[in-house]
Amino acid sequence: MNNNQPRFPECFKKDSKPHKFCPGCGHPLVLKALGQVIDEMGISEKTVFMVDIGCSLLAWDFFDIPTTQTHHGRTIPTAVGFKKVKKDKIVIAYVGDGGAYAIGLQHTITSCLRNDPITTIVVNNTVYAMTGGQLAPTTTDNEITTTTPEGKKEFATLKGPEMLKEIANKEAYLARGSSFKPLVLKQYLKKAIETQIKGNFSLVEAVSACPTNWKTNAQETIERVNELEKIFTQGEIKND
Amino acid sequence: MKDFLMGNQILAYAALNAGAKAMFGYPITPSCEILETWAVLCSKDKNLSLLQTEDEMAAGFGTIGSCLAGVPAFTATAGPGNVLMQDAFSMAEALRIPTVAMIMQRGGLSTSTVIYSQEEVRLTCFGGNGEGFRVVYSTSNLQELYDYTLKAFKVAWKYRWPTFILADGYQAKMKGEIEIGKKNGDLNNKAILKKGVNLRNCYNLEEEIGEVIVNYENDYQKNRAEIEEAETYKLEDAKIALLAHGIVGSAAKIAVDKLREKGLKIGLFRPITLRPFPVIEAAKTLDKVEKIFVIESALGQLSSLFKDELYDLSIPLVEINKPGVGFTPSEIVGIINEQ
Repeated sequence: MNNNQPRFPECFKKDSKPHKFCPGCGHPLVLKALGQVIDEMGISEKTVFMVDIGCSLLAWDFFDIPTTQTHHGRTIPTAVGFKKVKKDKIVIAYVGDGGAYAIGLQHTITSCLRNDPITTIVVNNTVYAMTGGQLAPTTTDNEITTTTPEGKKEFATLKGPEMLKEIANKEAYLARGSSFKPLVLKQYLKKAIETQIKGNFSLVEAVSACPTNWKTNAQETIERVNELEKIFTQGEIKND
Repeated sequence: MKDFLMGNQILAYAALNAGAKAMFGYPITPSCEILETWAVLCSKDKNLSLLQTEDEMAAGFGTIGSCLAGVPAFTATAGPGNVLMQDAFSMAEALRIPTVAMIMQRGGLSTSTVIYSQEEVRLTCFGGNGEGFRVVYSTSNLQELYDYTLKAFKVAWKYRWPTFILADGYQAKMKGEIEIGKKNGDLNNKAILKKGVNLRNCYNLEEEIGEVIVNYENDYQKNRAEIEEAETYKLEDAKIALLAHGIVGSAAKIAVDKLREKGLKIGLFRPITLRPFPVIEAAKTLDKVEKIFVIESALGQLSSLFKDELYDLSIPLVEINKPGVGFTPSEIVGIINEQ
């Protein structure tokens, strides 16, 4: 066997591939990075994966690990409930920016405040993608969405990890990477899971791409992600 | 030995002796002492856990999370909290998760009173965007709060339908002597979310979800004969039947005795399970009566359940409704005497 071939992570569920995401979507890149981290850490037997409503739900059978889809914004409390009674498990809540920062924001904030030992991964594409590209809390200045046809102007762009930093436990871990820089993202995901294992809250946001709703071609998509990586500061927002 | 306890305290002790290991709750009157008593129990036993959540949605989904792990868990709420928790209960229905919830009805509509009503019958039975695949026990006194909580956990884990104790502010806050010694055996609770399991409640095709619902309905109909429960009181020779549930059922029972003293042939049918409604017992015991009075602290929520399930019963039916307001036995006696 040629070891140089790119290989699927072992924890991928083979019979659910090809995946259900649109061509060019950032989700499969984030999920691949996560799958590699799960393999490298050897934690697939201990991991429980929970996905939100929105595009993240398309990962409900992505991994060959126990997975449940929940309701919109309710993945974090479900993960917290599971972890509360099974402390030896590694529980990962996989959500979009709408789930984490709008409909489920109170859960994101409170879970961080309580320092719940779970890991939240937020895939941020600046829009509500599953429903057709509406305004999200992460929509950037002047960005055109289906509910801001003249460009978003009224309010600021929500920066999740920066906001949470103010209330996070000193042992908590907050970082933001990009689906287009998977090797860096992997390091953040690994640290986030290690933080959970030590009993603390962690959240990693990944800037992502949605060419379907952005209506961008390949080149434009890459350019837009590059732009977003500047707007949404890349790096470890909290790691002390 | 009997203990002198408040309804809400009884429910927390009952959950413990039923086999619950975790509670997820958000304070709302008149249910708060359930959460507070569980907190005291947790301080004495480190195998128990409690999370006072940020809101009722988190309480409902936290309960789901624990049940997914195979650990019996419960929540408690009332009124507007019950409205918010329907988000979680509809998922519990869709994924057959054995959540147990204690609903202490306060007034409705909306925020309403913090005291009492029977306005949460429809919400508790059918609050989701689905068919109401739930088990709902309506208790009528303090001992029943205890006994049916024990039963609720057994039934939830046996049949895997979200299960409810539907009581009210009166039962929640009254104190009395009750027996709390009885315990459940093994609930046979196993992890639901385990190796090889991928769960979803989202579907691509109409036919996919249609099949799920039909399969659930078949299961529900198969289970219902074993779950349905009712109390029948002096119906054997009755010409008139009172139909009431919960604490109104207790008042109606006393009224039956008082009216019998005056020679009236009257009895009581009290559904204990509102979902599934006890149709077998109702059809058996009500077929000889000449008139039925439905008495409830709501505008026809109980009577609509009854009519819906027993539409071919051709007995005249009189509805006595006091939405949001309680009944005394003598009041019921007076109403029946007037008729």
